[in-house]
Amino acid sequence: MKNQPDKYGHFGIFGGRYAAETLMPALIELQEAYKAAQKDKTFRKELSCYQQDYAGRETPLYFAARMTKALGGAKIYLKREDLNHTGSHKINNTLGQALLARRMGKKKVIAETGAGQHGVATATVAALFGMECRIFMGEEDIRRQAPNVFRMKILGAQVVPVSSGTATLKDAMNEAMRYWVSSVRDTFYIIGTTAGPHPYPQMVRNFQSVIGKETKKQIRKIAGRNPDVLVACVGGGSNAMGMFYPFRNEKDIAMYGVEAAGHGLNTSQHSASINAGKVGVLHGNKTYLLQDDHGQVRDAYSIAAGLDYPGVGPEHAYFHSIKRVNYVTVTDREAVAAFSFLSLQEGIIPALESAHALAYAMKIAPKMAKNKIIVICLSGRGDKDAQTIIEEKLL
Amino acid sequence: MSRISEKFHTLRAKKEKALIIYLTAGDPSLAVTKELILAMETAGADILEIGIPFSDPTADGPVIQAAAQRALKNGTTLAGILEMIGELRQVSQIPIVLFGYFNPIFAYGTKKFALAAQKDGVDGVLVVDLPPEEARELRQYSDAAGIDFISLIAPTTGSARERQIAAQTAGFIYYVSITGITGTAAPVIADIKIAVDRIEKITKLPVAVGFGIATPEQAREIGLLADGIVIGSAVVRMIDENRNNPELVKVVAGYVSKIKQALR
Repeated sequence: MKNQPDKYGHFGIFGGRYAAETLMPALIELQEAYKAAQKDKTFRKELSCYQQDYAGRETPLYFAARMTKALGGAKIYLKREDLNHTGSHKINNTLGQALLARRMGKKKVIAETGAGQHGVATATVAALFGMECRIFMGEEDIRRQAPNVFRMKILGAQVVPVSSGTATLKDAMNEAMRYWVSSVRDTFYIIGTTAGPHPYPQMVRNFQSVIGKETKKQIRKIAGRNPDVLVACVGGGSNAMGMFYPFRNEKDIAMYGVEAAGHGLNTSQHSASINAGKVGVLHGNKTYLLQDDHGQVRDAYSIAAGLDYPGVGPEHAYFHSIKRVNYVTVTDREAVAAFSFLSLQEGIIPALESAHALAYAMKIAPKMAKNKIIVICLSGRGDKDAQTIIEEKLL
Repeated sequence: MSRISEKFHTLRAKKEKALIIYLTAGDPSLAVTKELILAMETAGADILEIGIPFSDPTADGPVIQAAAQRALKNGTTLAGILEMIGELRQVSQIPIVLFGYFNPIFAYGTKKFALAAQKDGVDGVLVVDLPPEEARELRQYSDAAGIDFISLIAPTTGSARERQIAAQTAGFIYYVSITGITGTAAPVIADIKIAVDRIEKITKLPVAVGFGIATPEQAREIGLLADGIVIGSAVVRMIDENRNNPELVKVVAGYVSKIKQALR
């Protein structure tokens, strides 16, 4: 497979750098700084030290024996990103970007957050490196993800409520970009997913690729071979890209990116940008978007705040266009059932986001032979979702 | 020569500075937008920037964000805006720049847009999130349609990039006077002077300055430095505040004529 993106950040027809002029020089500076850091052994070593001693990598690849037995088909392995420090895969990326910010001499960082996982992971590294931190978060998400808001505040971050639009992730990202336009000279914007203008999709992908690289090594040690199927949830798509990217050239592996179908694709209440959207430009890149016929971006919906985004990373759009990854959907109801199932079968409470990946795996595992292997990216833990589950009387 | 270049030419001969007014199309309605444009032309506006409302205007401050929301709620579409401009062209020759974000244009179709814009009498287009690196997909059609592709230069741009942008721009250069979003800070005159002097050395195109200009005093001071000024948020705010005022058009025209006085 040809290496993507090109030097302007294009993945096929997707990606690019559709940004206001005020930001363009900063994006070019970032691209160059990142390129230099990638080549720098000291930077790579530093990052890997923090990943190991601070974040707790490598994360286990766990054989879910009871789940496998209950489903009666393929062997199921869980890549335990939920066991990272701060409770999700988000720390993989924030450590990388914060180290880069430090290298560039930036002492202030900002970030957008939906579920609050990226916000917490950013607040965490900001505390670790003594940086001033501002997190933009939709008011609706502040309400439904209260525990993460407390964590960010404890870590010394300022949480800025965003009330525009639907007051969710998209609006938080709009507001973060506006703030960045005004503060770009001394502030580093830590984008949390494989979206945004170039070089973010590429950079976040590379920082998250540690997930897939470890998985590859681990499964070969455990099973002596590659898995047959990879499954990961896709909002913006950073955990999925981190899992899929290192396997992209292994043609025998089927990959499933699971989008949130919310109340169903036949309603307007979902976040399935690839399955139900059209190509467009938002937040600096060209990708699939939920939008009306006039190019106005529609509100996304999912019970999982971290999937509640009307776009998707441009490389996912590209993988869809070349049919490398199958993008499928799972409803709120199916995700909640999987949330409950994993909690009871394995004693692991998954994030509602990750529960979408579990739910899809639960559909296909029983139809697969017992010697087949599915790896699911368990991107985060579900403590943060207890309130949603109880409020909505889902148990 | 395009209507935009012609306008700057005429104004230069009269030693006047261009007053460029931005307003969001469809706020409070397309019919009122049209009325406002005609009244502002009479009051002394030289060029009109007509904002295409977008759901996610990441370069705009709260005033223009809210105007876009209202316009979208009213059902304003790019097709409707083009039609309104077509009607306007029956009675007015004021240069018109469509100002907005790329997605509504992309959804309409870049080729179809360029042809419709040409037919309806649009003179220029300024797409905030379409830097030179990505501009080809629109310019391959809009240049052919004779529509000026106007670019922004920001305080952060830097001299090498300024040259690159100036070389690819048509109509005029829009210098963003603050490092920030629209209508959120007052520009610093000394900084603008340095930047505009530098840009004027690398291009023959007129330079207009905008983002944050609201008062006749600011207009006069900045008008002395550049070929024109852009006022956006101040007008949009005035339209909003007078939405139920039967004298809305008169109030806005009065403000425009005061600003134009300061530029003469």
